[in-house]
Amino acid sequence: MPAIETRNLTKKYKDITAVDELSLTVEEGELFSLLGVNGAGKTTTVKMLSCLSAPTQGDAFIFGKSIRTETAAVKKQIAVSPQETAVAPGLSVKENLALICGIHGFSKEKTAEKIEEVTRLLALSSVFNRKAGKLSGGYKRRLSIAMALVSEPRLLFLDEPTLGLDVLARSDLWDMIRALKGKITVILTTHYMEEAEALSDHIAIMKDGRLLLCDTPDNIKQNTGEGSIEAAFVKIVREAM
Amino acid sequence: MRDMRMLTFANRSFKEIIRDPLNLAFLFGFPVVLLLLLSAIQANIPVPLFEIEHLAPGIAVFGLAFMTLFSATLIAKDRQSSFMHRLYTTPMTPADFILGYTLPLIPIALSECIVTYIFALILGLTMTVNVLLSVLFSVPVALMYIGIGLLCGSVLNDKQVGGLCGALLTNLSAWLSGIWFDLDLVGGVFKKAAYLLPFVHAVEMERAVLLGNFADALPHLLWVLGYAVVLIALAIVLFLRQMKKQ
Repeated sequence: MPAIETRNLTKKYKDITAVDELSLTVEEGELFSLLGVNGAGKTTTVKMLSCLSAPTQGDAFIFGKSIRTETAAVKKQIAVSPQETAVAPGLSVKENLALICGIHGFSKEKTAEKIEEVTRLLALSSVFNRKAGKLSGGYKRRLSIAMALVSEPRLLFLDEPTLGLDVLARSDLWDMIRALKGKITVILTTHYMEEAEALSDHIAIMKDGRLLLCDTPDNIKQNTGEGSIEAAFVKIVREAM
Repeated sequence: MRDMRMLTFANRSFKEIIRDPLNLAFLFGFPVVLLLLLSAIQANIPVPLFEIEHLAPGIAVFGLAFMTLFSATLIAKDRQSSFMHRLYTTPMTPADFILGYTLPLIPIALSECIVTYIFALILGLTMTVNVLLSVLFSVPVALMYIGIGLLCGSVLNDKQVGGLCGALLTNLSAWLSGIWFDLDLVGGVFKKAAYLLPFVHAVEMERAVLLGNFADALPHLLWVLGYAVVLIALAIVLFLRQMKKQ
């Protein structure tokens, strides 16, 4: 069963079509990147897939569950790490993680186990008892991702996870994201082409709400005759104008 | 499972509110300072309105107005941040959100009343069972103020909440409650308007309970409960509407 299957997924806002009959499949365990310039429809797609926004037409299935009619079942299997760091500022790192575990109904033992696991994975132990509002941008971003991971999602949406981070922090986060490959399905939206190239199994390129292409990074480069995803992306999007 | 979700979120709301030192200053400092100041004035220039059995219930109710500020600010800040987006993608239901924002404010409101009455006792209020009942009767008043907070937090941003719930509401609930001056002194439309609003009823209910006049308290209680129910119902509708908009 695929992790995601969208069928003519469409979102319209009055006379604007933000996502136009999007049909794609994401297999379980892969890291899938959604690329596009501003207004391409990436965020709207993620909002629909994470049940934040209802489609105007079409449907999508997350591990076989409809985002239209089975939102509660979908929400149990997903987690979202939004573009802006989504943390409770007055709570410590530990309390933020415990909050998400509590919302997902984890037992005391499981909460402790999951917190320890994501703290290790995201290297948060040095700031474990510090208030989230007092953390640096890099740590806030790590905590935000840890809060998404702690709920044991089968499908994780990472929206611009490295935006605003310095080179070292970005490199660390790339390693952490790579460590997730094969374990859970990750949907990555990013403006950084080298990030998508380095991490993705498949890349989908969107423009004006439409899917222009969906393939592996190597195939995209080979088919466009370009040496990098960035150059291939520019070529594909320009040709679609 | 549902209770656990709601209680976890309520616990988070409680911590966010009480960890803000400004909130604590408003919650405990402001009523106590007012009580001490007005009691000092009363000691020098006796005014019946500022006798401790009149003053303490009024200040206890006035302190509850901050429940509006606390709840509205927390909701407005959550709504403006991605934190709320994250929570919307979890199994949390609208009831979890509403109860999670409302319930933690009840012990906070009770603690404000308890501190106010403890200082009132130090300043000469006689300890009777009615003091304890006055604390209990503060719950519907707190719910009324929390209802206003839920309502404002669901439609306003945190800056607007600061102006409306922080400045305007606290002033309105002070002027129109008969705490600081007798409404008969102004009379007319002002007095009629005041009695159409819940603030003076909240104060008069508390005063009646403290004096043991429960029959006098009942009509005021109904006003307060009526406002609390309507405000909370309206807040739920608006919260759900903004949740759907997201």
